[in-house]
Amino acid sequence: MNRLLLSGIIFVGFFMILAIFAPLIAPTDPFLMQYDKVFLPPSPEFPMGTDELGRDVFSRVIYGTRVSMFVGIVAVVISIVIGTAVGVAAGYYGGIVDTVLMRFTDIMLCFPTFFLILAVVAFLNPSLMNVMAVIGITGWMGVARLVRAESLSLKSRDFITAARISGLSAPRILFKHLLPNVVSVISVSATLGVAGAILTESALSFLGLGAQPPTPSWGNILTAGKDNILFAWWLSFFPGIAILITVLGFNLLGEGLRERTR
Amino acid sequence: MAVYILKRLLGLIPLFFGITLICFFVIRLAPGSPVDAEGAMNPNFTDNARQKFIALYGLDKPLHTQYILWLKKVVRLDFGTSFSRDARPVWDKIKERLPVTIQINAAALILIFIISTVLGVVSAWYKGSAFDRTVTVLVFIGFAIPTFWLALICMYIFGVVWGVLPISGLTSWNYQDLSVWGKFTDLAKHMVLPMFVTVAGGLAGMSRFMRGSMAEVLAKDYITAAKSRGLTNKTILFRHALKNALLPAVTLLGLSVPGLIGGAVIFESIFTIPGMGQLFYQSVNMRDYPTVMGILVIGAILTLLGNLLADILYAVVDPRIRYAQASKGEE
Repeated sequence: MNRLLLSGIIFVGFFMILAIFAPLIAPTDPFLMQYDKVFLPPSPEFPMGTDELGRDVFSRVIYGTRVSMFVGIVAVVISIVIGTAVGVAAGYYGGIVDTVLMRFTDIMLCFPTFFLILAVVAFLNPSLMNVMAVIGITGWMGVARLVRAESLSLKSRDFITAARISGLSAPRILFKHLLPNVVSVISVSATLGVAGAILTESALSFLGLGAQPPTPSWGNILTAGKDNILFAWWLSFFPGIAILITVLGFNLLGEGLRERTR
Repeated sequence: MAVYILKRLLGLIPLFFGITLICFFVIRLAPGSPVDAEGAMNPNFTDNARQKFIALYGLDKPLHTQYILWLKKVVRLDFGTSFSRDARPVWDKIKERLPVTIQINAAALILIFIISTVLGVVSAWYKGSAFDRTVTVLVFIGFAIPTFWLALICMYIFGVVWGVLPISGLTSWNYQDLSVWGKFTDLAKHMVLPMFVTVAGGLAGMSRFMRGSMAEVLAKDYITAAKSRGLTNKTILFRHALKNALLPAVTLLGLSVPGLIGGAVIFESIFTIPGMGQLFYQSVNMRDYPTVMGILVIGAILTLLGNLLADILYAVVDPRIRYAQASKGEE
């Protein structure tokens, strides 16, 4: 266990626990509006202050963990599934399949992904489901390239040749022999992918196109922070720190996993 | 060289078709076609506008005809008229916003390249030193920091607490009355925060890449050979190592164009800079579909051009590419 991996596990584990046990950990109801306690600076009663509706920012940040973790993980699952399918197909079958799929991957890589995400969310309606789907569908290209390269090198290895000679069907070879060997590569880019997806989701929510109020998310607390930047710094400061540490944690975890597989 | 550029240009054609195809399928998500119900919720999407939209994209015709019709218009930069109240042609709206975004991004790209080269090269040269470790920690934080949050914090510190920098717009309200020098400093002051945020956003990845690239070169035999010949560090660094380490970075620079353009949406709307990103954000919020589509296509084409530029730069600095490609072309 290397240091990167350990610190990654600690950070990510901490936020996982926050997300799962949010109702037990949060001191107040994150939706409770107290109009006599609007824009209070941090104090022992409200460790991160209150927002424009007198809601406890600390509790909202804790509940916000749920949105970030959920969106991050689901989006990455989507992109891993697409990326692995494309990569394995391209690498294993080669030829025209490979050319077509990799060309398509190049095209997708050309897009300013954030533009594409914004456009799609604009054409549909802003909701967490759409955000997860779009982040997943626009984020699989890196995985596809990695998996393709792995599959290419595995394909010519003896155990795959042996499996083919012994008459195993293609799906069986793919699922039983090839895929288990690309898992380590996938796990690294999946972990780093969660970090990226959390950043994208927070940016979308910040722009008002992700999680919709009153659902608390780090991004939409920051929107309130921006609107009230002149006097309520705590609305901007704390959710940002939460994003920073979570993303840092996933990055450390990913780098740690990469170091371990070397 | 000309052959090489020509080949690259030809290579862009399938990419262009692919990109427009994807954009085209994004249009299909719009109300008026498959998801009619959602259009009914949109107050900007009146019956009149709907008819125009359907006519513009030929949504009542078969799919392939629709695509070809639309493509013909795109080639002529005809993206229809905006749904917003001014109802101007979309291309006119984009055209006046484009220079600001391109200038900021180009300047940011150059700064990112210079700063990350210095950071990466020095880190790799003094590998394991205090400087190297500090940069590594900063890079990790840089990867994790949300750019829009950095923008907010900078606005708060420099604009609100210290009050030394303006926090929005490109120019002050009295810009027209200022002297030439006054205009310049006014513009420069307004650019400091947006530039800082944009550069900071791209710096982490690039300097990490430069460090890796430089470390790889420094481990090569010819560097050891150069050392054993007794060449000075200066000669080894500038004549042998740097050029080879910079090569792969040029490609990465081209690849970072989409990220920068995407980031423009965020920093332009935070700092209220009248660029393409801000227009895009406004159009998204107003559900101004023609403008959204226009910017999506233009953004993708800009990215293509960025990649092309990187390829050409690569060939300029690396003769191997030039000759390999050119000779292949003559076969």
